[in-house]
Amino acid sequence: MLRILHQIFRTGVVTEPLPEAVETELMEVGNRLEEAIRRRFHRSLVIREVDAGSCNACELEIIAMNNPIYNCERFGIQFTASPRFADMLLVTGPVSVNMEVALKRTYVATPSPKLVVAVGDCGCHGGIFGESYASLGAVANVIPVDAHIPGCPPTPVELLHGILRLIRS
Amino acid sequence: MNSLRDKITTQFGTAAVPCDNARPVTVPQLLIPREQFEDAARIMKLAGARLAAEWGVDETVMGRSYAVFACFARGNDYLLMRCELPDADPAFPSLSKFFVPAFRFERQILSLMGLMPTGHVHSDLRPWIKHEDWPLDAWPLRKTFAAGQRMPRMAGEYKWIRAEGEGIYEIPVGPVHAGIIEPGHFRFQAIGEDVINLEERLGYTHKGIEKRFEQLSWQDGARLAGRVSGDSTVAHTLTYCHAVEALSGTVVPERASWLRAFMLERERIANHLGDIAAIANDAAFTFIFYQLMRLKELILRGNQRLFGHRYLMDRIIPGGVAGDLPSEANISIEEEMKQFLDEFERLVAIYDHNASLDDRLRGAGILPPETARDLGTVGYVARASGQPLDCRIQAPFTPYDQIPPRMVVLNSCDVHARAWVRIEEIRESTRLIGEFVIRLPAGETNTPLAKIGHDRSSFAAVEGWRGEIVYWLQSGLKGEINRCAIRDPSSVNWLALEQAIHGNIVPDFPLCNKSFNQSYSGHDL
Repeated sequence: MLRILHQIFRTGVVTEPLPEAVETELMEVGNRLEEAIRRRFHRSLVIREVDAGSCNACELEIIAMNNPIYNCERFGIQFTASPRFADMLLVTGPVSVNMEVALKRTYVATPSPKLVVAVGDCGCHGGIFGESYASLGAVANVIPVDAHIPGCPPTPVELLHGILRLIRS
Repeated sequence: MNSLRDKITTQFGTAAVPCDNARPVTVPQLLIPREQFEDAARIMKLAGARLAAEWGVDETVMGRSYAVFACFARGNDYLLMRCELPDADPAFPSLSKFFVPAFRFERQILSLMGLMPTGHVHSDLRPWIKHEDWPLDAWPLRKTFAAGQRMPRMAGEYKWIRAEGEGIYEIPVGPVHAGIIEPGHFRFQAIGEDVINLEERLGYTHKGIEKRFEQLSWQDGARLAGRVSGDSTVAHTLTYCHAVEALSGTVVPERASWLRAFMLERERIANHLGDIAAIANDAAFTFIFYQLMRLKELILRGNQRLFGHRYLMDRIIPGGVAGDLPSEANISIEEEMKQFLDEFERLVAIYDHNASLDDRLRGAGILPPETARDLGTVGYVARASGQPLDCRIQAPFTPYDQIPPRMVVLNSCDVHARAWVRIEEIRESTRLIGEFVIRLPAGETNTPLAKIGHDRSSFAAVEGWRGEIVYWLQSGLKGEINRCAIRDPSSVNWLALEQAIHGNIVPDFPLCNKSFNQSYSGHDL
């Protein structure tokens, strides 16, 4: 236990000492985001992430948003296991034919009003996989989409940026 | 000990015909008559080889019919066996009598290529990857199938394995999972807390990758390979590039080869950190989770600083690497690794001295050594169950031939072992990176890809962080991509998860699953 406490104090709050450029950007985005979330979502924005066929790289960056360095929870952003509790779906793609039904069901299970964000180049326009017998391409081909966050994969800062832009608009 | 090739030629004589167009020459390819294909597999089984992969090929553009390939491996020896099937009767002898993973490979071959496994009674011909609502005669990997067509949805039912009896209940999970992870379906039958059976149903992320390759140039293929499984972008791109370079006879500059290994080890460290973190998190030890995720983030930032991409996507290209290290990078890398290892060892000490973590991890999700062997598992899953397999040692490319890694093999076969193998491998990768940086040769970082001849094939295997990745490429009549067959480690290791969960309690499934952490996208293709 002492070792754990020692390591915790030794590590400190890592959310602070970031490279300056990233930190400035992150704080700017984050503070605006926090304000918008307070106003519109009563202090918390709850997200359900749906992998509709991605290669998993977008998921890695969405998970990284939750690490202590980006710590998206400090801005009121939380991830939920159930679409029933979600305000927003964060959907990565391309949407595979085999995920089409599950994605539509998740969309229906999310209470309105809801927001849908298509994440990554594949979620935005199908990426290198395009449209084929197995891939339906962009998320917008399957469910209504409110915002796009391109990138392969988009970085955690870009993800926070994209979510902010949508909430402010 | 005789090579695998010798084993076959001694027995078959001239009936086994060597193929001159297969590269590299160190991986021989033998044409085996269809009626003796199963017998050849029996010889491989007796020789102690494992079935690394099995795939189908449509060679109609070359004026031939279909063929099925089986790839066997033993120690540092690989052997490809080819079986040609007549157009009128595209059936092949099943190898599932001798090799368990064959049944999954063969379901996939049947579903996507329409080639029928016969002979030994095939117990399971349900579609695999292709779901039940696809038309049964939709065989996307055949040349007659247009890649861009929209498939009609049919009514269909997947026949799940059932368990019946008093007190037995079923838990369906997925495809959309609770966490930020890939989609797949698991179905448990349980009595009380005890799991009596787990059946996986995958294929949800099938994006038609193998078919897509056939529409791309060899250069663009490297980008697609980098997106087969996003967490293994370095390893997949590298395996693909090794195969393309073997096919064209391109010799990569030495510096490029060293930089590739450097990237491969960085990918291994980053992913192992995330996995150990996730295992601790599922045992409710969030302290380790956050601490290790922080270290992982620092490695990713190091990647960004050194190569301009957090996951090193598209940094490896056919013929070498895109871009070089910044000047003076060796000093910053040494410093980075020193600090990293210092932090990491502090956390390992805490991890190792935590009784409640120990209690959850030890004895959970046991994969017995013989099961690990029979299922043909690879990577840390195999090494945590006593199987000494590592392509970096058994099929090394430069610099691994000069600086061999120490292979970490454990025998407790449980979640603890799978986590601890990763801990040891992080230490080892850190050492390798240190040595690579000191001895990195000067020179060019890439060379133009030589021209690719028509109707040739090549094979490559690379040890990604998850284990052995296999690529097999074939050029068509115009030197285009006729076939790109991929075997991610997950294709065999997913089988092992089903076995390891027997007798465990339902709440331990997430823990066991995390200790395997197999790729859905790499499996589904």
